[in-house]
Order: sequence, then C-alpha cells, then structure tokens
Amino acid sequence: MLKRLTSLAATLIVATGTAYAAPVDGGRADVVIQPEPPSLMLGLVQNGPTQMVAGNIYESLLRYDEDLEPMPQLAKSWEISDDGLTYTFHLYDNVKWHDGEPFSSADVVFSADVFLRKTHARLRTSLEHVESITAPDANTVVFKLKEPFGPFIGIFEGGTMPIVPKHIYEGTDYKTNPANNHPIGTGPFKFVEWVKGSHILLKKNEDYYIKGLPHLDEIYWHIIPDAASRAVAYETGVVDILPGGSVENFDVSRLANLDNSCITDKGWEFIGPLSWLWLNNREGPTADVRFRQAVMYAMDREFAKNALWNGLGAVAQSPVSSSTRFYTNDVTHYDYNPEKAKELLKEMGYDGTPVRLLPLPYGETWQRWAEAIKQNLEEVGINVEMVATDVAGWNQKISEWDYDLAFTYLYQYGDPALGVARTYISSNIAKGSPWNNVEGYKNPKIDEIFEKAAVAVTKEERQKLYTEAQQILTKDVPVAWLLELGFPTIYRCNVKDLVTTAIGVNDGFRDAYIEK
Amino acid sequence: MLRFIALRLVKAAVILIAIVTLNFFLIHAAPGDPAAVMAGEAGAADQIFLDQLKEQFGLDKPLLTQLGIYLGGVVQLDLGFSYRQQMPVADLILDRLPATLLLTITAFVISLVFGVLAGVLASARVGKWSDTIISTIALLFYATPLYWAALMAVLLFSVELNWLPGFGYETVGGGYTGFARALDIGEHLILPALTLGLFFMAVYMRMTRASMLEVSTLDFVKTARAKGLKPGIIQWRHIFRNAMLPVLTLAGLQAGQLVGGAVLTETVFAWPGIGRLMFDALAQRDYNVLLGVFFVSAAMVLLFNLITDILYRVVDPRIRAS
Repeated sequence: MLKRLTSLAATLIVATGTAYAAPVDGGRADVVIQPEPPSLMLGLVQNGPTQMVAGNIYESLLRYDEDLEPMPQLAKSWEISDDGLTYTFHLYDNVKWHDGEPFSSADVVFSADVFLRKTHARLRTSLEHVESITAPDANTVVFKLKEPFGPFIGIFEGGTMPIVPKHIYEGTDYKTNPANNHPIGTGPFKFVEWVKGSHILLKKNEDYYIKGLPHLDEIYWHIIPDAASRAVAYETGVVDILPGGSVENFDVSRLANLDNSCITDKGWEFIGPLSWLWLNNREGPTADVRFRQAVMYAMDREFAKNALWNGLGAVAQSPVSSSTRFYTNDVTHYDYNPEKAKELLKEMGYDGTPVRLLPLPYGETWQRWAEAIKQNLEEVGINVEMVATDVAGWNQKISEWDYDLAFTYLYQYGDPALGVARTYISSNIAKGSPWNNVEGYKNPKIDEIFEKAAVAVTKEERQKLYTEAQQILTKDVPVAWLLELGFPTIYRCNVKDLVTTAIGVNDGFRDAYIEK
Repeated sequence: MLRFIALRLVKAAVILIAIVTLNFFLIHAAPGDPAAVMAGEAGAADQIFLDQLKEQFGLDKPLLTQLGIYLGGVVQLDLGFSYRQQMPVADLILDRLPATLLLTITAFVISLVFGVLAGVLASARVGKWSDTIISTIALLFYATPLYWAALMAVLLFSVELNWLPGFGYETVGGGYTGFARALDIGEHLILPALTLGLFFMAVYMRMTRASMLEVSTLDFVKTARAKGLKPGIIQWRHIFRNAMLPVLTLAGLQAGQLVGGAVLTETVFAWPGIGRLMFDALAQRDYNVLLGVFFVSAAMVLLFNLITDILYRVVDPRIRAS
C-alpha cells in the first residue's frame, strides 16, 4: 500500500511539474551535423546525416515511441484487419506541402508505390509483400498484403517511407529534379538555405497541420569537419546540441559535465545500432566454429563499453538488440573468459595462422576499440594483423569478402525481419554489398525459421520462432557480437523535449522548445 | 619574349593533359567507387540500386571510354557533374574559391612580407641577439605541425580567452551585412590565416636570411663598399635584389598552390574552401570533383611557373641574355 502511495505521489509530482512547464515558442537551435549530408532529398538518400536534417522536412505516416509502438504522424489513425492483410490509414485533412499545394492520399500512393520502389532499396524489399496500395478517398490509404508480414506496421517511419510530393516528381527524372536542391515536404520545418561546407538553415513551418507546433523558429545545422572543433563549438556556445557521434567518445564525459549540459542515449530504439565483428565463415581459422566461440570468450566487452563508450549502451547478448521486438535473453552467453578461449583454440588445433582485422574507419573510438580487441585476441594466442583503410576501401573489402575479422555496426529497424534476418539468411549471400550476409553463414534451419517468422500472424508465434533463431545463432557464432551501441546526444539542459520518440533527434525538433 | 610565352603555353597544355590522365588512373586505382560509397551510406544496398548508381555515374562503361569522355569535356572546359552534390563541378569549385583565396592570399601576403622583412633584418644583424631571436622563432614556427598549432591557437584564443571565433567563415545566422559582415569575416580569418601564414613566414625568413648572407660575400658587394656607397643602398639595391631570386621561386610555387586550398587548416577551422572540398571528395571517391580540383590546381601551378619565369627575366637581365 505504501509503495502504491509513493508511486502515486511521484506521478502527481511529475504531473504538476508538466503542467507548469508549458512549452515556450520561439528561439533557434544550433546543432552539429556530421558529416555533411550528400543531399537532403530523403526519398533518394537515406544516410544518417540526411535523415537527421531531412527528418524535420519530410514525414511519413507514423512515428514510434520508445517501446516501438506506432504514434500518429501524417496518419491520425489506422486499422489493421484481423487477418493481418489490410492496413488502412486515415490521414490528417489539413496538410499542405511547403510550397502551399494540398497534400493528399495520392501523394502517399505515388511515394510508396512509384517513387520509393525505384529509389529505396530497403523499402523495396518490404514492399515485396504488398499486393496493392490504393486511395479510396483523399484522406484514406489502404495497403493490401499478399500474405501477413509481421513487421509491416514498422515501415511507416520517415527514413523508411518518406512521403514525397507527387506534383513535383511525377513524370520527371527523380535524380536530377531541381527540387532535390530545395526539398519540399510536409514536416514541421521548411528548408531555407544550404551553404555548402558551412551550414543548413530550416525555418518553422507556419502552416503545420498540428496547431501550436513546432515551437522553435529556426534550426541551424553547423557543418564542422573536425571532431575536436565540434567539441570546441559546443564549449564556446556556438552550438547547443551535439547529436550522437558528433564528438569523439573520450570528449563525451568532459562536455556532459559542463554547466547546463545534459546527456541522453535515448532515441536510438527504432534504429537499434548493434556492433559486431564480421567473421569470415568461408576460410581460414574463422571457418571453425570453435575459433569463433573463442573470439567471443576472448573479448572483454564490458571493458570496451566502460573505457571506450563511457558506459553507455550494453554488451550484446544476442543477434537481436534488446530494444528490438522479440529479443530474448535465453541464449548461450559469452562472458569474458580467456581460459575458455584458450581451451577452444587448443581443441581445434589452432596453429597460429595470422588473421586480418579491419577496424571501422569512423574515427578514434573505433581505432582504439580495434587495438583493444587485438590485444584481447593476442592474449589468448591468436595472431592478429591490423589492416588500415578508409571508408571507401573498407566498403570494398567487406563487399568482396576480403577480410578475416572486420568491425561493423548495423541498424535493426525495430524488427528482426527488417534488420536481423538479412545478416544470417543464405539467400542474402552475394558479393557487392557490405550489408548482407557478408560472413557467408549457411544454415537451412535458420533460413526456414526467419522465413516463417516474417509471415507468422501472431506475436506469440513470432516470439517462439525468433527465440529459437537466437539460440541457434548464439551457438554457431556466425559473427562476434560486440555492443548495443549507446550514442549520446549532448545538449543544453534548457532545450526540452528534444528526444521524445524511438527515432530520436531525426524527428525530435517538432516538439522541442527552449526554456527561457 | 612572345615566342617564349607561346612555346611555354603549348608545353603547359601538353603537361596538363598528361596530369589529368595520370590523375584519372590514380584515382580509379584506389579501392571503392562513388556508387559503392553512396550505397554504403544509405545503410542498405541491393544490386538494382548499385547498378542504377553506376549507370548514372557512367561507371558501367570501360575505363578508357570514361577517360575519353572526361578529356573531351575538359578540352571544352567542362569539368563534369558531381552526382553526389547534385551540382556541376565547376560551380562547386567556384563556390568555394572566394573562401579559399581569401585565406590563402592573406596567409601568403602575411608570410611573404613579414618573412622577407625579418630575413633582411636578421641578415643585417647576423650573430647579434636580435638575429638569434628571429632565427629561433622562425625555427619554432617551421618545426611546429600545422594541425597542432591550429588546435593550440583555438584552445588559447577561442576557448580560454574567448577573443576570436575558433572556426567557420562567418557567424552563422548573424545577419551581418556590408562593413559589419567584412569585420565578422575578418575576425574569423585571423586564426586560420596566421596558422597557415606562420609556417611559410618561417620558410621565407630563413631563405631570405641565407640568400642575403650568401650574396653579401660576393665581389660586386665588395666593390660597392669600396666605392663608399651607403650601407642602406648596398643592402637594398645590391644585395636584396640579387638575394630575392630563390625567394621568388618559392613564392611562385606557393602562389600556384593558393587555389588548391589548405586541407589541414580548412578542416580544423571548418573553413568552407577548396581544400576541404577535395578532402571530402577523396573520402567519398567523388571522382569528378577530385579531378576538377586537381585540374584547376595543376593549371594554376603551371600558370604561376610561367609568371615566375617571366619575372626572373625582369629581375635578372642575365637570364634574358641567355
């Protein structure tokens, strides 16, 4: 009873707190964007920095909360038929494009069925399950599926299905359309200017369809190529927000401890970045499952988390990130155990053949991490050669399977069918991409489970299948899982409601405000 | 003289084509291509997506055909299109040119004027304490790595003292116009220009000093002294003019590189110039942008070499006679 009272009191305090802190209109946010995006046309380019800026210009039908439950965006409500085959979305009816033209269901049909099918590789795969996309009236869109597809409700996010204006793109060459340099969306902020190498300016959309939003007048995205200079920009007050990955990890705690400085690792639940070492399952020592298990035991991942990632994130226990649906902890665990690693190596008769390790060329943190892992592996008797390369070279080496061990991290997009299966199913073994089954793992049982789980109708059924998949994979160790990455957003504490969804700062400025 | 210039121009054109061709093959020899980088950044790529990009970039054609197409464009002064930045390469370079020129010319002028003056001063007082101080400072500037000097300058003047902005070309969103804007840009210019200028200042100082001392031991200087000319006249009219030849060569080389920008300084100070454009293009394998920047830089080096050679003939009549 006492416990209940206390929790009630806490709720009340929070509730009253909220009532007093009414959002303030006005002001500008100065944010770092790194690296400079190649384009802001979200329908054509979906890399990290593009999503971060353009996620405020373009929108999709839904947003997702921290538990990945759908929330309204362009769709104010939606229904899913009992057989899981029909998804009906009801759109807001007072939405306008930034050029003043009215938005309607025809734009959604054009975007999903025509434009993005051509330009968006990731969405194209999900749309293979769709039989038809229709617009019975101006405010309703209906997606009919060929078969149930479990993760379907998760594909209506801004970076996955950005809605683009039909009146501008229909019948044109999408990639050279002049509007690409002046993006027109429905989002809370309008594009104003992009001074290449300097900054991008977005201004409040005064006609936004949700009254009272957004609160900020302007967002300036600063393009600063050097990580140390980005830290200085925050320290000297030129920028107020450092999205995840803006500064080197060793600067994070120093900046977070400045006056009026807050830090959060929330907002990455949908994306769920999970890091691992690709292990080449085809040849060399890494082809032996005992060697791969030995690598798992040899790595001190807790140390890496604390020393290199400021204690943020979590040690990966399974191929599915703990924020992704259908995660299970009921798997084989690999705690730091060098002795066990040595035993396994002895059992397989490892003869000291050197293995090549490719760090991820994304800056100091990753370089240091590679050095730490090299040391871990050498301590159990594995000979490691580091291979230095830049991003383009890394892409090519991975795509052509020219490695033994290689760092990477990939996004999970909230559902194993979207972001996990692609790494382990054998139909995804093909040279030319660094994002498919690069390790060359083949297991018919795993293929079958992932295939079944994607189209299973009930949650319980899917959970059962994905649990089994995680148990098999953690035994076979096709790749060596490292950490669920915690990317910290550092910001001035008077910036409120910056990260309110599972997509974090990519769509966070809609609700953000600056307390006076 | 005209025949000399015409001959040199023809030679320069041939060298330029050779440079472009060599660069073309060097860049294509690096692992990865722009399509793979862009597909990689999208976080997902299938064969259809990659093929689309390759076709769009013209990467599906044989390498020699690609070279032919590129050279055909260059001859008509068309440097191609950057699909990554969705802009013609020439526009990208012209966009970045003012910022780069402002930085490099300021640094060039600072280094040349103060470097030469300090060199003359030191040579006039050789062995005295003022020479020792100047030479030591020059050695310090010369030996300090640029990026380190840049970071230390930012730490001291921006973070600690808060006197000067630590990066950028102007105050973003400051809304300054006219004279106020010029002042704002000037404020942003001080740290990068000094950082870049100090190194070259040291180089000019050391070269001027050495060259002055060398010339001052020659016979014609003794003759001038014997004639009873004033030391000032000997110093400036006789020694200085002759000692300037190697300095001029170096200045000519540096002037040719002004357009190429300063990769390190521009990166540390977030200066939106050509050096950074080139650096980003390299990481992204944006072939056309890289080739474009190399082409313009090479053309400028050749042009300034020609100008230096002409200046030689003006400064030193002996070269004209030969």
